[in-house]
Amino acid sequence: MSADKGMEITPGGCRMCLAIPGKVVEIAADNPNSALVDVVGMRRKVDLGLLEDDRPVPGDWVLIHVGFAMSKISEVDAMDQMRTLEMLGESEAAVQEVRGYGLEETEDKQAS
Amino acid sequence: MKYVDEFRDPELITKAAEEIRRLADPNRHYRLMEVCGGHTHAIYRFGLKDVLPPNIELIHGPGCPVCVLPMGRIDDALAVAADPDVIFAAFGDMMRVPGTNGSPLEHKARGMDVRIVYSPTDAIKLAKSNPQKHVMFFAIGFETTAPSTALTLLRAKTEGIHNFSVFCNHVTIIPAIRAILDSPDMRLDGFIGPGHVSTVIGCRPYEWIAMNERKPIVVCGFEPLDLLQSIVMLLTQLQKGEAKVENQYKRVVPWEGNRAALKAIAETFELRPYFEWRGLGFISQSALRIRQEYAEWDTEQRFQVPGIRVTDPKAAQCGEVLKGVLKPAQCKLFGKECTPENPVGALMVSSEGSCAAYYNYEHRKANLLTSISAPA
Repeated sequence: MSADKGMEITPGGCRMCLAIPGKVVEIAADNPNSALVDVVGMRRKVDLGLLEDDRPVPGDWVLIHVGFAMSKISEVDAMDQMRTLEMLGESEAAVQEVRGYGLEETEDKQAS
Repeated sequence: MKYVDEFRDPELITKAAEEIRRLADPNRHYRLMEVCGGHTHAIYRFGLKDVLPPNIELIHGPGCPVCVLPMGRIDDALAVAADPDVIFAAFGDMMRVPGTNGSPLEHKARGMDVRIVYSPTDAIKLAKSNPQKHVMFFAIGFETTAPSTALTLLRAKTEGIHNFSVFCNHVTIIPAIRAILDSPDMRLDGFIGPGHVSTVIGCRPYEWIAMNERKPIVVCGFEPLDLLQSIVMLLTQLQKGEAKVENQYKRVVPWEGNRAALKAIAETFELRPYFEWRGLGFISQSALRIRQEYAEWDTEQRFQVPGIRVTDPKAAQCGEVLKGVLKPAQCKLFGKECTPENPVGALMVSSEGSCAAYYNYEHRKANLLTSISAPA
C-alpha cells in the first residue's frame, strides 16, 4: 500500500498510542532488527531495534507501537490486549494502522 | 456500567467495585488523576464512573500528545512544507488537527504534498523513494513514540539519508505531572500512572511523587479490571496513609523500563529548556529536541522555522479542565462553539482528550436520553 492511500481516517483512539500485539514469524537473515510479524491476521515488517537487550525469537509475542516492537508479552496477555482493543472500539483502527506498516514491502497474507 | 457482560471477568469486576466501596471512606472525597489519555478514553468508553461511589472523582490528566500540542507547532511545520520540494509526513492522528489556516489534510486538498505514515521508518523509505524531495517527519508523542523516532534518527545518520528531517514535538510526562502538582488550585489524592509510557521509562521516575509529594501512584493497564484494581490499590494506600509507587501492569511494564529505548532517546535527544503545552502553558524541561550531532536531520536546525505562537481563545477553559478544577461540560464553550467536529480547545482535538471523550460518550448519551424521553 502506498502512503498516498488510507487518507480516510477512521475515528477511534489515538493510533500512535495503540499497543498492538503480534507474533514473531521470522527474523530477517540479513538484519536482526527486522522481523516478519503476524499482526491481527496480517504479516508485516516490524522493527525489533528496541528489544536488542531481550531479542524475541520466532513464536514470541510482542507489543507493537508505530511499527516498533516495544515489549515481549505472553500469548495470554496478547489475546487479552486484542480483546481490550476490541472493547475500546479500537480494533478497526489497529487493523488500519497495521495495514500501513512496511510501505509496499509486504503483501497482505491471511494468517491461519 | 455499559458493557459489563462483555468483560472477561464480570465477577472480578463486581468484586473490585465492591472492594472500592468498602475501602472508600464515606466522609472523604477522593480526587484521583489518570494521567494517560488512553485511560481517559477507556474510563468513558466502559462507563466506569457508573460503578464508582460518588465520592471518588476521576480527574483527566494531560497525557494526550495531540491535545497538548500548541497550534503554532502545526503552523510551523505547515510553513516549512509550503515549499513544493518538501513532503509533510505524519501519523494519521495529526491529519485532522487544525492549524490556523486548516489541518494538514486541508492543506493536502490545496496541493501540499502530505502523506500519512504509520511508522517513522516509513518516512525514511519515503525519502529514499523521493530523492528529489525533502521528507519532513512530524514527530509527536510521549515516551511511547520517542524511542521509535530516536532509532529512526540513528538509522538516517548511519544510512546517510540526507533528504530527511524530523520536526520534533516529543514531550515527557514527568514535568507535566510536576506542573500539575505545583499548581496552587490543584488538590489530588493520587495518580493512575500511564501504562505504555511506563513500558519505556519504567516505574522509578515516579518515585518523587510518592516520596516528596506523598501521593500514591499506580501504573495501570487499559482493561476495565485494570483500572478498578488500580483504584483499589490507591485506596488501600490512602487508607493506610501510605504513598508508594506500585505497578498494576506488571504483565507489560518492567520496573526498570526499556533500557534500549532509553539509550536511543538519550543518544539522539536532549531536553528543551522549556516547551509550551496547550492548556498548561510553558513548562520547563518538558520536551525533547534533537541533539547537535543530528542537526542535519532536525527540521528546526535545518530550515527557517517561523516559530508561530497561537494563543487559545480566552473563553476556552482547557487549563482548568486539565487541572480538574472544571468538568468538561462546565466550560463555557463545551458542546456549543467547541465540539469534536470543530474543536476550539486542546482537549476536544483528539478522541483521547477529556472533553472529546466526555462529549462522545456522556454528552451524546445524555442528548439521546433526552430525545427518547421527550414526548413525540
